[in-house]
Amino acid sequence: MADLHNRMHGMCIGCAWLVHRFFAGFPASRDKICSPYVSNCAPRAIITLMTALPAPLASWIAAQGWSLHPHQTQMLRRADQPAMLLIAPTGGGKTLAGFLPSLAELCSCDHSGLHTLYVSPLKALASDIKRNLLRPVQEANLPIRIEDRTGDTSATVKKRQRADPPHILLTTPESLALLLSYEDAPRMFAGLQRVVIDEIHALAESKRGDQLMLALTRLQALRPGLRRVGLSATVEDPPAIAKLLANHPDSCPILTADPGPPADISMLQTDLIPPWSGNGGGYAIADILREVAAHKTTLIFHNTRAQAEIFFHNLWLANTDDLPIGIHHGSLDRSQRERVEAAMTTGALRAVVCTGTLDLGIDWGDVDLIIQVGAPKNVKRLVQRIGRANHCYNAPSKAILVPANRFEVIECQAALEAAAAGDLDGEPRGPGPRDVLCQHILIAACSGPFDADALFAEVTTAGAYAALSRADFDACLEFCATGGYALRAYDKWQRLQQRADGTWQLRDPRAAQRIRMNIGTIQDTDTLKVRLKNRGGGRPLGEVEEAFAATLTKGDTFLIGGQIVRYEGLRELTVEVSRTATKSPRIATFMGTKFATSTQLSERILLMLSREDWPDLPAATRDWMHLQKSTSKMPRADRLLVETFPLEGRHYTCFYGFAGRNAQQTLGLLLTQRMERQALDPLGFVATDYATLIWGLEPLQDAPSLLDAADLRAGFDHWLAGNAVMKRTFKTSATIAGLIERRSPTAKKSGRQATFSSDILYDTLLKYDPEHLLMQITREEAQRGLVDFGRIEDLLLRIQGRIDHVTLPSLSPFAAPLLLEVGRVPVMGEGQERLIAAQAERLMAEAGLG
Amino acid sequence: MKGHTETEGKTVNKDFTLNTARLTARPSGALWWQEHRLLCVSDLHLGKSERAARRGGALLPPYDSRETLSRLSAEVALTQPDTVICLGDSFDDLTAAAALTSEITEGLNTLMAGRKWIWIEGNHDPGPIEMGGKHLAEWAQGPLTFRHIAAPKAQGEVSGHYHPKAAVAGRYRPAFLRDEARVILPAFGAYTGGLRAGDTALSGLMQARATALLTGKRIVECPLTP
Repeated sequence: MADLHNRMHGMCIGCAWLVHRFFAGFPASRDKICSPYVSNCAPRAIITLMTALPAPLASWIAAQGWSLHPHQTQMLRRADQPAMLLIAPTGGGKTLAGFLPSLAELCSCDHSGLHTLYVSPLKALASDIKRNLLRPVQEANLPIRIEDRTGDTSATVKKRQRADPPHILLTTPESLALLLSYEDAPRMFAGLQRVVIDEIHALAESKRGDQLMLALTRLQALRPGLRRVGLSATVEDPPAIAKLLANHPDSCPILTADPGPPADISMLQTDLIPPWSGNGGGYAIADILREVAAHKTTLIFHNTRAQAEIFFHNLWLANTDDLPIGIHHGSLDRSQRERVEAAMTTGALRAVVCTGTLDLGIDWGDVDLIIQVGAPKNVKRLVQRIGRANHCYNAPSKAILVPANRFEVIECQAALEAAAAGDLDGEPRGPGPRDVLCQHILIAACSGPFDADALFAEVTTAGAYAALSRADFDACLEFCATGGYALRAYDKWQRLQQRADGTWQLRDPRAAQRIRMNIGTIQDTDTLKVRLKNRGGGRPLGEVEEAFAATLTKGDTFLIGGQIVRYEGLRELTVEVSRTATKSPRIATFMGTKFATSTQLSERILLMLSREDWPDLPAATRDWMHLQKSTSKMPRADRLLVETFPLEGRHYTCFYGFAGRNAQQTLGLLLTQRMERQALDPLGFVATDYATLIWGLEPLQDAPSLLDAADLRAGFDHWLAGNAVMKRTFKTSATIAGLIERRSPTAKKSGRQATFSSDILYDTLLKYDPEHLLMQITREEAQRGLVDFGRIEDLLLRIQGRIDHVTLPSLSPFAAPLLLEVGRVPVMGEGQERLIAAQAERLMAEAGLG
Repeated sequence: MKGHTETEGKTVNKDFTLNTARLTARPSGALWWQEHRLLCVSDLHLGKSERAARRGGALLPPYDSRETLSRLSAEVALTQPDTVICLGDSFDDLTAAAALTSEITEGLNTLMAGRKWIWIEGNHDPGPIEMGGKHLAEWAQGPLTFRHIAAPKAQGEVSGHYHPKAAVAGRYRPAFLRDEARVILPAFGAYTGGLRAGDTALSGLMQARATALLTGKRIVECPLTP
């Protein structure tokens, strides 16, 4: 292990290759073999290039022996469109396509001040792009100033950028929102011509995208002629993204680049039979190592950080050839991640075990194989991940799926079929979230007095907010101004006040600083840093969730960054650990959330199950499915299969809802609650993406009575109110809307007891003001996401009361894996209190204090 | 009704001795001294949401004083004390104390009627306020001394200030900390956070065999340093 870390130190980044990738035009010194397509097009492309590009840039590109892709020249030709969405696969040079018009305009006219704003979801992407743009600008001696501005930029540079902005500014949605909160924003953006939004498909899935689109409405109001360009990877619904990007009600044309040859995706060929349950894919490590050895660079994706950690640990134990392999995920310390990234770009690593943090379009290196361990859960994400492997645009991407258990064999097969059919999935997003709107109103107030009518008109030009009612807008404004409580307590201390001329402004100008400190919609979980304990202060290893840290006692061992460490103690807000020689860690790493299998993929799985036979599947899985068919029934799309069977003195009930992990989990909570009331004495349950298994002391007789839609809904509302997931959802929205401050100017001084749990605010509102705006928002959010009651509704709608209740003498083939699933949920209540009491008693006795 | 309550036959309180005084930690975070029929609470922070708003911060749900008062009323109703001591930081600041709504001040007056009431001064409320009861920097009664911030060498001391919290099985809850010399009370106010019992500010004050008494449905005692 230490060896690997040494190897990863002291590597430098070679950027020539990166620039080549960035242009992805061609043909350069390397990879000559895979450019037939571009060479064919070269003559025409060069002609276009000569006419539309300024001479210095055109000749620089020609001197590199490169030419442009058709979609790049198209973007250049259509540069005067008010809005354009470019859909191109990874490696298609789409970022350059976005920048070409700016480079052309900046070369040919004498523009002073900011011309183009580039927004990307990742800081790293912004600095990457800057490096890549600077080379042609410097070598062709173009009169263009390019700078980036992110959370990492120094205060001096940031200040200077506001007074004297560069021609092209590369930034993130949060940094842009912050810029717009300053009073001098109109001056800074005075000359702005174009906005380029990179990886817009990723932003479109989150509140960061909503915030960005609201920021665009501000920019557009400052600069009515502003042109917008969005760059997206392959998505299922391009018009939906175009609608987000457009200046509503105007439309936004879509340009689709050649998607390249279809990807080469397969399931791992192995003689080993995947285990009944589990998520790790550990059984296939030898086969995976063989694939790594046979390729240049492999990305090994996992669905969760914990799985990535465990897999990396085991991979390293089996890595007798000492292949250089690294690990990369969001909980690792930044310096550690940067070392891995640097090593990847130089091609020094043969494989990286990673999670979604590597999903976005940064060029890490010469990746020629993607391995997805565990079912992909979502076909679109799979396809986008696979896009990372086409190190040249015209060669097919190669990917191998490694199902971690037998259900996942079915899911992987369904995903393969969906990917081959180009059938991507995505949950349509609802209307623009109101918590983000609240923050937007506060940001507007920071920049100066605003008129409510004008701001409302502006906000509704964002696609996601086009249908926002004036009443909803006013409620958000009211929340920002007075808190919006039923008890009118803050008339004297309003946050926003209406002036004599009717405009709104901050009552206390000091509030602007606090609001600016809390801009953004990214929710950081409460995490604690992990450091090696030693004399020099200790090397940072990464972060763990506070709740996880609280479960540790001295001597516990856990995995982080691929190392096993021993918990030594908590020092202020740092978890101190030491290295340990233990072979296996005692505790799994972080809890984290798991992705649920998408609706579309679940539908495909159900469709597959309805077939007569499955010749494409490995024999073991196929036999298992036939056995299920003959001993019980196959789950069907239009019916709900419920199995009951006794086992070891308990009565089990299994509900095959195929509604995704989160919804099946919620279903488990609701059903056990109802079984409790029917005196069936449920003891616990476990949920997967496919089913919920409940065990208890009494057998279930009447399945339909348990699944009555109206009763379930009523139970849901009641249960939801006191639910921990609900409180977490509330915390997110309350933070975004500005009720909870993540950072405050005094926090450092006054220490931890100054902050109190957001649960307290939730409980207070539930008790005294349950119809408050934030409670409404929280309930709305809970329909999606972790609670996902929406998919339970879909399930009930799908089955229309048609229930197949099968009573079996013993467990069924499909239920067997569920028995082995981890993540069992005990039925809570007094039980939890007793658990705490028992453990405290034991601790007292051990300490001799009893 | 005396200081003990029973739920499902199990004691929810925890009795202990401090400097010969027999005390009871209550699940609400209040301390009961049966011998003197004395109820002690700390760090009410009344008016906290009003102060935050005044200073340009977030507009928190303005129900905290109401909630704190209703909890205190419930404790007073259950224990029927002769004396109530509020151990300091009863008000989030002196301006907040003056700005309390009539609903809260009248509620407090009702509670004060017919019993001895002592406001110990805290760092948030370091001066007298327009409210009945006695205002003291600290108060000694028999073997015990009541003050806001613990004095390192004190013996038989009851204090607050730190808002201690402790965890068993991964869940943090407001907690009393006690050893042979002192007990530190958790914060009683609705909008109050906690300082981990393991923090050096607290562990430095407590002796080696100190314990934490977690509040909640019932008091749970566990070692401060496992």
